[in-house]
Amino acid sequence: MHNRCKTLAGLISQLRDLGLGDRVLTHPAALAAFGSDGLAVLHTRPAAVVVAETIQEVVQIVRVCHREQVPFVARGSGTSLSGGALPIEDGIVIALNRLDSVLRIDDVERIAVVEPGVINARVSEAAAPFGLTYAPDPSSQAVCTIGGNVAFNSGGAHCLLHGMTSNHVLGITAVLPDGTIVELGGDSTEQVGPDWAGLFCGSEGLFGIAIEITLRLLPIAEAAHTTLAVYDSLEAAGDAVAQIVAAGMLPVAIEIMDSLAIEAAEASVKPGYPRGAALLIVELEGERVVVDADAIQLRELLASGATELRATGDPAGRALIWKGRKSAFSAVGWLAPNYIVQDGVVPRTRLGETLAEIERLSAEFGLRIANVFHAGDGNLHPLILFDGAEPGALDRAEALGREILLVCLKAGGSVTGEHGIGMEKRELLSLMFSEDDMALMRRLRHTVDPAELANRGKMLPPPPVVT
Amino acid sequence: LTVAIAIDSVDAVRDAVRDGPSVLPVGGGSKPALSTPPTGDVVALDMRPLSGIVEYDPRELTVTALAGTAVAQLRDALAAHRQHLPFDPPLVGSGATLGGVVATGAAGPSAFCHGGVRDFVIGVRFVDGTGTLVGGGGKVVKNAAGFDFAKLMVGSIGRLGVLVELSFKVFPGPGVRATAILDFGDTPSALAAMARLGRAPFRIEALDLQPPARLLVRFAGSAELPGRVCELAGREPTEVLDGDREARLWRRASELGWVGSGATLVRAAITLRRAPDLLALLADAGAQARLSLGANVAWIAWPSDKPLDPLDRWLHMQRSLGMVLTGRPERLLIGRSRGGAFAARVRDALDPDRRFPEA
Repeated sequence: MHNRCKTLAGLISQLRDLGLGDRVLTHPAALAAFGSDGLAVLHTRPAAVVVAETIQEVVQIVRVCHREQVPFVARGSGTSLSGGALPIEDGIVIALNRLDSVLRIDDVERIAVVEPGVINARVSEAAAPFGLTYAPDPSSQAVCTIGGNVAFNSGGAHCLLHGMTSNHVLGITAVLPDGTIVELGGDSTEQVGPDWAGLFCGSEGLFGIAIEITLRLLPIAEAAHTTLAVYDSLEAAGDAVAQIVAAGMLPVAIEIMDSLAIEAAEASVKPGYPRGAALLIVELEGERVVVDADAIQLRELLASGATELRATGDPAGRALIWKGRKSAFSAVGWLAPNYIVQDGVVPRTRLGETLAEIERLSAEFGLRIANVFHAGDGNLHPLILFDGAEPGALDRAEALGREILLVCLKAGGSVTGEHGIGMEKRELLSLMFSEDDMALMRRLRHTVDPAELANRGKMLPPPPVVT
Repeated sequence: LTVAIAIDSVDAVRDAVRDGPSVLPVGGGSKPALSTPPTGDVVALDMRPLSGIVEYDPRELTVTALAGTAVAQLRDALAAHRQHLPFDPPLVGSGATLGGVVATGAAGPSAFCHGGVRDFVIGVRFVDGTGTLVGGGGKVVKNAAGFDFAKLMVGSIGRLGVLVELSFKVFPGPGVRATAILDFGDTPSALAAMARLGRAPFRIEALDLQPPARLLVRFAGSAELPGRVCELAGREPTEVLDGDREARLWRRASELGWVGSGATLVRAAITLRRAPDLLALLADAGAQARLSLGANVAWIAWPSDKPLDPLDRWLHMQRSLGMVLTGRPERLLIGRSRGGAFAARVRDALDPDRRFPEA
């Protein structure tokens, strides 16, 4: 204990010596704000929070942590839903929000070079004057940062056509946990040699911190068209998704919300959704003439099963539809004091039976579930509602969440589509991968970071005890 | 001189890696420099018997196949359901296998719109340097669980593991396509048009430059599109192709049919801004080239009787990397390697006993 205190005191004075001054926060009240991330049920107190303002400072802070062997976690806006940005007890939080410069937009090479603290939506804003956009659009895009998106390989509604964050990250300059700086990938969309940047993406901070990121930008499509279809059952909405795929259409997004999620959205941001058991949102984009023709085909396809159809190519109308969808997580706060959001994935053809199983589990556990999901790619977001004041309710909600993820695994899916493993799903990772897979992941982690300084305790479950 | 073992099972791969001393997986031999063991003590593993589609449900828009499967076989199976691999794997007609395509990491010209190999590999199983079968990713299109070994294997040319099974995301299509051939007065005007077309608000599938100044623009869409492409390019087309002639043009591009036998084929990752300088260097050296994917990649036919040094130096200066695909496997990578200490540590973890040769 004495040694640890001495180390921390030494560390903090070394951090202050870097000229960080009052940006080294140690007062309990200041630290409290950093105690949790988007997974609010977990809370930890770090030894200090260091607010970095330059890339050079980030590197120096990592080097001090390495020298003193104190663990650290990099943090952007703290929106992780899996506890990925949860501080490490007595470790350092490196706050990256002030590293928020879009360093360069190159319209000829169609890239953006950014610092890790840049807000996701800011990239598209900066690219828009050039007719370009940054495709990954997590629901939290108005606040979440690119650094966090890279660490957790974040997704979003438009992944269906465009892919996840890692598909749009061309290059990363990273500081490894021992302070070494490396360059991964580059500025071309094509790579030669192993995809080091691809491996770094989604590594949940375990390989260090991305300090400069080169992103691929896409041309803004000249036309986009969003269709809302109402169904009298979740199953009917699910069938419509299968029909769209069977017709050979390639929408940019296909989303479903159930009645509880619709109710929540209406209670909060009031998108004016029609009422029904399920709502399907399908977005098309591309050449105007083609989008117009596809929209007609889509309408004909959906007309037989839907009880109501609305469609719009108008930007304001589309924005309102998406506002309801993207605020769904926070909106369920109107329905219950607390909720847990899950992020399982199933093969698309197993969606119907998985939803039925979730409904059965909801009844069995006596907890309401609102379903909002990326139906096109089989990525479910069951929002489990509970009242934290009720004894045992959190445990029951967590147990229900775990059951749902086991259903996803059994169907051949994944325990996380876009939120990451974080703190939340560590033991589930080893149910998804073999012992040999897990051993390799651990070996890789230890080769890159033998002392487990970078985001210690996240993603990888503690190794099995050898008896 | 070299020993080759026919691989027909995962166990055979594991045994071969464990027996050593060092192994090199080999597919259809369409990229000969990558398929030739660099030294006599490296055992070639003929992966072609490890072949077949493991799982394909067209409704899922995903497919899983063994690494030795010929890309042509998968292409035909997908086409039967009007689906395809959007990264347009090259050299399919020369016998390319799925493992070889992923290990090379090279996409074909029609990958311009939807992305390259890394964007469509969703799961991988491979034997690492300890002879252990491991995997990453999965069979679902969206997945953020665990380290992304599927991406790591893209471009790894057999130096981090022997691929045994791959899962891909596939797309419906391709639709009916047409191609505009646009000839410009000089390279700078052709490249300027290329940059404008790269930002087109409609879908362009392929965007190639045939030096010095010919653009090949492939698109699928309405009847208005040829006119719009030309307007954006600021050029009347020399010709607009469709049907068989159009398909043949791109097949030939994808097969690299223009590369003469007296040339060493190099694939280099570049960007449009670097293109003028590279083209000048290539002209000086008497090399042929084609810039593909909106000038994000250069396919270079370098005269075999000339050393690659000037190209190596240029790539190094540009912080770019090239892969030598034909000729003697003395130097597979030229230019500036990426990854540094991270790459070295990943390699230490995956291949601690150096069962795979140096690149």
